[in-house]
Amino acid sequence: MMDENDQPEVDFTEDPTLEHNLRLYVAGQTPKSLGAIANLKRICEEHLAGRYTIEVVDLLVTPQLAAGDQIVALPTLVRRLPPPLKRIIGNLADAERVLVGLDIKPKATVTK
Amino acid sequence: MTQLNEFAHSFVAHALPKTPTGIDGFDDLTLGGLPSGRPSLFCGAAGCGKTLFAMTFLVNGAVRFGEHGVFMSFEERAPDLAANVVSLGYDVERLVAEKKLIIDHVHIERAEIEEIGEYDLEGLFVRLGHAIDTVGAKRVVLDTIEALFSGFADTTILRAELRRLFAWLKDRGVTAIITGERGDGQLTRYGIEEYVSDCVILLDNRVQEQVSTRRLRVVKYRGSAHGTNEYPFLIDDEGVSVLPITSAGLSHAVSPEPVPTGVAGLDQMLGLGGYYRGSSVLISGLAGTGKSTFGASFADAACERGERCLYFAFEESPDQVMRNMLSVGIDLKRHVAAGMLRFEAARPSLYGFEMHLARMNRDIERFEPSILVVDPISAFRGPSAEIHATLIRLADICKTKGITTLFTSLSGSKEMMTESERSVSSLMDTWVSLTDVEANGERNRVLYLLKSRGMNHSNQLREFRLTNDGVILIDAYIGPEGVMTGSARLAQEARERDAGVARQQETERLRRELARKRAATERQIAELRAAIEVEEAEIAMLIEQEENRETVLGADREAIATKRGAIR
Repeated sequence: MMDENDQPEVDFTEDPTLEHNLRLYVAGQTPKSLGAIANLKRICEEHLAGRYTIEVVDLLVTPQLAAGDQIVALPTLVRRLPPPLKRIIGNLADAERVLVGLDIKPKATVTK
Repeated sequence: MTQLNEFAHSFVAHALPKTPTGIDGFDDLTLGGLPSGRPSLFCGAAGCGKTLFAMTFLVNGAVRFGEHGVFMSFEERAPDLAANVVSLGYDVERLVAEKKLIIDHVHIERAEIEEIGEYDLEGLFVRLGHAIDTVGAKRVVLDTIEALFSGFADTTILRAELRRLFAWLKDRGVTAIITGERGDGQLTRYGIEEYVSDCVILLDNRVQEQVSTRRLRVVKYRGSAHGTNEYPFLIDDEGVSVLPITSAGLSHAVSPEPVPTGVAGLDQMLGLGGYYRGSSVLISGLAGTGKSTFGASFADAACERGERCLYFAFEESPDQVMRNMLSVGIDLKRHVAAGMLRFEAARPSLYGFEMHLARMNRDIERFEPSILVVDPISAFRGPSAEIHATLIRLADICKTKGITTLFTSLSGSKEMMTESERSVSSLMDTWVSLTDVEANGERNRVLYLLKSRGMNHSNQLREFRLTNDGVILIDAYIGPEGVMTGSARLAQEARERDAGVARQQETERLRRELARKRAATERQIAELRAAIEVEEAEIAMLIEQEENRETVLGADREAIATKRGAIR
């Protein structure tokens, strides 16, 4: 699995006013897509209430957007703000790991 | 190749539809190209030309067959790809601008991606589908899709998705090339040949004796006949070309027509007035015996007659050949200028045998000469079996096309045949051996016909000279002391001339003696005759006197009788 331990230490004394701009790429209304959307909304509501925007891009409708963000796997969550750009693929079922992926929680707290 | 094609045509009725790649030779050996509407796998190690092959397939599709294409690159960025193929003469950027081609670079950075939960590669499908729809693509290249394996951790998902991708490509009806990196013990590193099972092509770039040769093999082609050998292929400034050298067999048509050799004396020796058209000729000889001059004479004569000649020079540059031949009165420059003669010069060590053969075959196909000169084959060094295989194929190609081929070969010494000579000797229809005779402080050139199939050829050793007017054959003096050439021959001829004069003088003397004897004899006869005439005269006189005396006696008696009165 991912080698999280190799990643550089990040300062997790997070600025609570930081705006999160998230984009979720999906293709159609598949269970995987719907699951991902629901999971993302739930996590954001719990942890980023009031300071996030989620844009859901359905590639079946706008396929030309896939190349721009280098989308290969679906669903893909792209954190456009704050920098740096982050990508998370999958249906986001594991909330703890999503939070770590988005630098909202330090990874040390993750229970594997 | 023609046989293969005929073979193919007999199957045409129920054959797979095929999509031509437009790559010289490749379409021949696959009997039409890649399977239409199916994915084909091109695998090989790094640097064996997979990407160029794939790009050629797309560019040819767009330019020559009106089929647009999508190049999905997992490794190189689009500008790099375009720049890489400029050297092959492909203007990819223009095709992209004309919406005939799309290059999509899929960049996956594992470090940037977190995998949380279930996912699939639908994004790739969407991108590919979108690109295909944008240009109405019929051809797709995925280069190298295995890069995905380094981008995603979950190979189970990946494999399932790849299987789905190939099925999806089939559904879309696009002809696809998927490239794969060669792996240990299998065709590709991640074994994707399992999923692409219709057509698998293996590319290889092998280095042997420090010379690399690109080779290609059709490992599998479901539902189609195909050439099974390894075929060499070339990547140069004219793009990719494959050389499908099938042995031409021995069924080529032959011609009874002679082709003048360019050397009048040699034409005579061959009895027929030249080599057979479409035959293979070997001129072998020691260094400096004039092998190239024979080649050039042959080429010159051909161009003079209005036939095209291709000259492969492996030791000298074209300019050098032309300059040197000028010294024996053969002006090749004008033939080059007139487009009748073409030189192709390369060092033998530049490529492997296969590559040389591929190059020669291509040049022959493009120039369509009726005369070919290969000067010299002894420049090729390597295992004799390989040289033999190369030359036999070259000879077969030429024979099939009715091209008269003259090979020159440098002999090592008088007694020993060189490796290349031995290996080709049985291939050659006519073999002219040039040698030199050293004697009396000079070296003279002599030639003889070692063999010439199907001709009543001369068995003589002939001296020849390289003069300002080309090669001139002279009768060699062959006497009890062996072959005499050069000044020894001249001296011998002088001696013979002197002896001749002496003999003539002797004859004259004998003739004079005889005349004198005859005169003497006649004189004697005349004397004898004169003597006998004198004698005759004397005898006649005596007889007359006797008769007179008789008459007188008779008269006397009568007178006496009368006197006595006895007569009354």
